[in-house]
Amino acid sequence: MIQIFTYNNTFEGFLTVVFECYKRGAYPVDIRSKNRLQRNIFGEYVYIESDPSKAERVWKGLRERMPGKNHDLPFYAFLSEDDGIEMKIFRFIKRIFSGQFDADTDFSDPDVSFLNQVAKKVKFEGMRMLQFVRFQRTKEDLYFCGIEPRYDVIPLAINHYKRRFVNQKWIIYDLKRDYGIFYDLNETQEIVLTQKRFNELNGAVQDNLLEEGEAFYQQLWKTYFKNVNIAERKNLRLQRQHLPQRFWKYLTEMQP
Amino acid sequence: MITEAVTEKLAVLADAAKYDVSCASSGSNRRNVKKGLGNGVACGICHSFTEDGRCVSLLKILMTNYCIYDCAYCINRRTNDRPRATFTVKELVDLTINFYRRNYIEGLFLSSGVIKNPDHTMERMVQVAKDLRIKENYYGYIHLKAIPGASPDLIQEAGFYADRLSVNIEIPTEQQLMRLAPEKNYKCIMNPMVQIKDGIIANKEERRKYKKAPMFAPAGQSTQLIVGASPETDRQIINLSSQLYQRQRLKRVYFSGYLPVNEYDKRLPAINKPPLVRENRLYQSDWLMRFYGFKADDILDEKHPFLDLNIDPKLAYAIRNPQLYPIDINKADYELILRIPGIGVQSAKKIIYARRFRKLNTEHLKRIGVVLKRAKYFITCNELPLRIHGFAPDILKNRIIAENRTNRNIADLQLSLFAKIHHVLPPVH
Repeated sequence: MIQIFTYNNTFEGFLTVVFECYKRGAYPVDIRSKNRLQRNIFGEYVYIESDPSKAERVWKGLRERMPGKNHDLPFYAFLSEDDGIEMKIFRFIKRIFSGQFDADTDFSDPDVSFLNQVAKKVKFEGMRMLQFVRFQRTKEDLYFCGIEPRYDVIPLAINHYKRRFVNQKWIIYDLKRDYGIFYDLNETQEIVLTQKRFNELNGAVQDNLLEEGEAFYQQLWKTYFKNVNIAERKNLRLQRQHLPQRFWKYLTEMQP
Repeated sequence: MITEAVTEKLAVLADAAKYDVSCASSGSNRRNVKKGLGNGVACGICHSFTEDGRCVSLLKILMTNYCIYDCAYCINRRTNDRPRATFTVKELVDLTINFYRRNYIEGLFLSSGVIKNPDHTMERMVQVAKDLRIKENYYGYIHLKAIPGASPDLIQEAGFYADRLSVNIEIPTEQQLMRLAPEKNYKCIMNPMVQIKDGIIANKEERRKYKKAPMFAPAGQSTQLIVGASPETDRQIINLSSQLYQRQRLKRVYFSGYLPVNEYDKRLPAINKPPLVRENRLYQSDWLMRFYGFKADDILDEKHPFLDLNIDPKLAYAIRNPQLYPIDINKADYELILRIPGIGVQSAKKIIYARRFRKLNTEHLKRIGVVLKRAKYFITCNELPLRIHGFAPDILKNRIIAENRTNRNIADLQLSLFAKIHHVLPPVH
């Protein structure tokens, strides 16, 4: 019987699977998140319970063997949630553990080149969380932003915003995955807002909750944005290339 | 505190500031201490993009667009009948802080027309930066324009509040500057530039000894050259920018395709579109010098004073120097691989790494991200040679242009449009 390992869709769960594969001496046919199972009548699904200590051991082992710059390659690639990414990461990890410590630079290998490509995409999306977050100030002096990244990358931006806005409370909320990060002037925590007092499509906070000056500063920003454009150089293709249309609805300056 | 009148001023002064192309927010790692607001991010962050495709990173704004000068190429010259406005220090500080807190911007880029005299103008600009840093405890990015002719003391002070300073040269040669801006001179532009350079070098030395010494313009200085307002050749422009990088240690030289803002002035060439392709080719050359190890003389020589608008400067170099090619991907040094059209810095580095594992063939190169369509004429790899080497330069050039035409119609349309502008330029003296 073909064995297919499944896990709870977290990176920790996936690393636990890697650990179990080594422990059982089993080369997996496939590894799949339990959220993305395909029916396979010949397959037997083996669910592996996530175990932080096992995952930690794999992660530590990887970090010791991989050169500094690319430590996080497997993690970023995992975040892409690409169909079948697990086996590609598994084969890569196997190379690292078998002693090919520089396997991350084997760019002509299909697995490595693919991992690098998707990791790049994920990092790019993470960068967009630094670029395209727009806060709205509420009466409670809280700065709120709702946004919808393609991958689950808001956690990658936490440190940036924590460093930058030390003295203001903020929430960055993932509208699609329905959770957010809240900073209370001391530390950040993951939150789920049960009562949505904002537009769930574009993150716009209800007008009566906004601070008095908010509408005015939004208007000023739109005025600035309109006037700093050079009409003679119009190049919409270039604009769209840098500023994907899927983000427009969250951006203050793109609203009418 | 802030009023409706500010909206109007903002419209006027953003519009007047847009011709400065610099927008970078990179190069500074200023840290947020004492629970202040903001920080610097070395790689810079673009927060939005306007319809012209340019990035909006900083609040790029003039303090005032009143000006005592009458430079031919400038929209804010005193003889132009335009709406004028002036921000107070307080208004600028308030705008910056409130935009920054909403994550609209990475910081402030403050420039100005000259009112009364250079010192008076510079003093008020420095006051804005000072209030931001000291009163508001702000650690975000500040880019200040050094006003030509301002006193050294003021420029020194500016450097301690700002992350980046810049002095715009605008017109690439002294002779042409005299013609288009007779009230200015080269000395009052070069003096602050040299002072800033020396300040940065001295500050680096000092910070090596005392880690706590205040930073002086940690993101360096930059400048801007207007392209197409005066008859300089591309070679003159590239040589100048190469000198600026080497002697003045500039971080960036920006090129701004001349926009016909003062059509009535007969000292300026009559054009109906900004020379965007020429500007783009100049930036490509700039990149070749900064990241690809090209020298100014590699890009253009006496026989070729202008860049070819139909092909990029690296391809032009390859076609002019057929003796260097084909280059063996599996053996050549990094520097040589960088000279292959279709291979950028990223791909070149990847090739160096990847070929330690196995000999590379075209399939591998594709995977690495090499633009084979371009590169194939200039390389050999672990494969039977294709019969595509040894074309005569002209034939090769036309062949590559033709290959690109099929896929990039839009870009091509622009190319042919702007290619004509080249000839409209006044003849070179």
